[in-house]
Amino acid sequence: MIEVAVVHRQGGFTLDAAFTAGGRVTALFGRSGSGKTTLVNVLAGLLRPERGRIAVDGQVLLDTAAGLDVPVHRRRIGYVFQDARLFPHLDVRRNLIFGRRFARDAAGGASLADVAGLLGLAPLLDRRPAGLSGGERQRVAIGRALLARPRLLLMDEPLAALDEARKAEIMPYLARLRDEAGVPIVYVSHAVAEVAQLAGTVVVLSEGRVAATGPAAEILRRADLFHGRDGAEAGTLLDLRVAAHDPGFGLTRLDGPAGSLSVPLLPQPPGTPVRVRVRARDVLIARPPVPDLSARNRLAGRIVAVTAEGSGPHALVEIACGPVRLTARITRQAAHAMGLAPGQEVVAVVKSVAFDSDTIGIAGEVEV
Amino acid sequence: MAYLLARGSFRGRAVLDGLVHLPLILPPVVTGYLLLLAFGRRGWIGPALAELGIVFSFRWTGAALACAVMGFPLMVRAMRLSIEAVDGKLEQAAATLGARPAMVFLLVTLPLSLPGILAGAVLAFAKAMGEFGATITFVSNIPGETQTLPAAIYTLLQVPGGEAGAFRLTLVSIAVSMLALLASEGLARRARLRLGA
Repeated sequence: MIEVAVVHRQGGFTLDAAFTAGGRVTALFGRSGSGKTTLVNVLAGLLRPERGRIAVDGQVLLDTAAGLDVPVHRRRIGYVFQDARLFPHLDVRRNLIFGRRFARDAAGGASLADVAGLLGLAPLLDRRPAGLSGGERQRVAIGRALLARPRLLLMDEPLAALDEARKAEIMPYLARLRDEAGVPIVYVSHAVAEVAQLAGTVVVLSEGRVAATGPAAEILRRADLFHGRDGAEAGTLLDLRVAAHDPGFGLTRLDGPAGSLSVPLLPQPPGTPVRVRVRARDVLIARPPVPDLSARNRLAGRIVAVTAEGSGPHALVEIACGPVRLTARITRQAAHAMGLAPGQEVVAVVKSVAFDSDTIGIAGEVEV
Repeated sequence: MAYLLARGSFRGRAVLDGLVHLPLILPPVVTGYLLLLAFGRRGWIGPALAELGIVFSFRWTGAALACAVMGFPLMVRAMRLSIEAVDGKLEQAAATLGARPAMVFLLVTLPLSLPGILAGAVLAFAKAMGEFGATITFVSNIPGETQTLPAAIYTLLQVPGGEAGAFRLTLVSIAVSMLALLASEGLARRARLRLGA
């Protein structure tokens, strides 16, 4: 459990953020300049806020009212920086064990072999940081932070400096980290895809303030929280399981409470929990009976709400498909012409090609 | 000292900075005279030190002290520049991994600024070897005790027929300087290679 309430002024910028979060991965989400990095620097103790209180698992790390400020090196908060910050004069192995000697009980916790296995670092141990790719550096940085036995791991946009291929290479490691390392994570990002795939709880920062906080599925459906082009990324998170593969057509069927989806072939074996983000803009609404369409994913449901996005061209339609609420973003004009209204039976249609590595992630156990 | 001046922020930093660098600017003879005033047999702290068995005046120890005082600012300057060049972000990273400030210095700052520290040491060595004014003022020019290389060369040139000896000493100076430069270059290159730069 992380409890944060801090106020800090820096030039013309004021950070005034308060939130509490449990669970394994908390995402700090917001566009550049929203105060995400300032906030994690305050958490780590690299920046002393004007006032505030920070506690992790009941242990108070900062309480300006009580004059308490635990110094950085005794906070036991691991920090994975955007730019990795490996020590250039040490090889990968020595970088990894750097924090080990300072950990209070060096014997306990994950061993070098465990962490190297988890992050695929074994072939890199004798290399020097200067010879590593960006993705490899980031993995070493994560391993280094883990081996210092932190009570909390901060990750400040660890993928931001990487190209798409490297991002895709690291995502599975991050999912394993979340599921296997047993350390709560605060993950800073401005990328909807990363947040959707990793986070249980999302804290949205906007101009130094917390604009919203809640479970990832609830936050990510709210297009109003996203700026500019990110609005198009808003959607519904569905927790599904791999049901069957169809290698002949190159498809995988996923089952869940809302129904079945077919998506491009996944490598995961049947039974694997996956989390799929259905972007609101990818959802069509049809009235049954549905004619012969090329889009194969059809989820039957009932309209719960139709909301116009101000006087803009779009409207959001919320559809209850079993226990799940799917959001569709259609034109206001279409909603008007079809006479869509709450209570009507409709079918939500999604093209299989709307799903890719950006929208499908390996889910952890569902967080409560 | 170099770390203090590079990363410290405290009252009187500018004054300390000035004091350290003063011998670089002052005429060496003035520095030597000040040393004489301080550490001389009837100086400010000379008698107290003499009771402890530490005597600087007109001994080789005095020559060494004069050279150290003259070389110190050069060394501090070079080290300070190289410490300032160490990325503070790496020091932050070390702190988040649980390293106390002393350990951060020992394990990160110091190894990363090694090339500059070596360069500083060589500069100080060169200054010490060439030291003339402060030494001669402080501890005079006693052969075998307080005579530095330039002082010896100067003495030889004052007597008729001393040119040959002076020339030999000149060759020695060149050889020692060259060796020191090569050694520092080599060490610095190895340090840079280790950083993979």
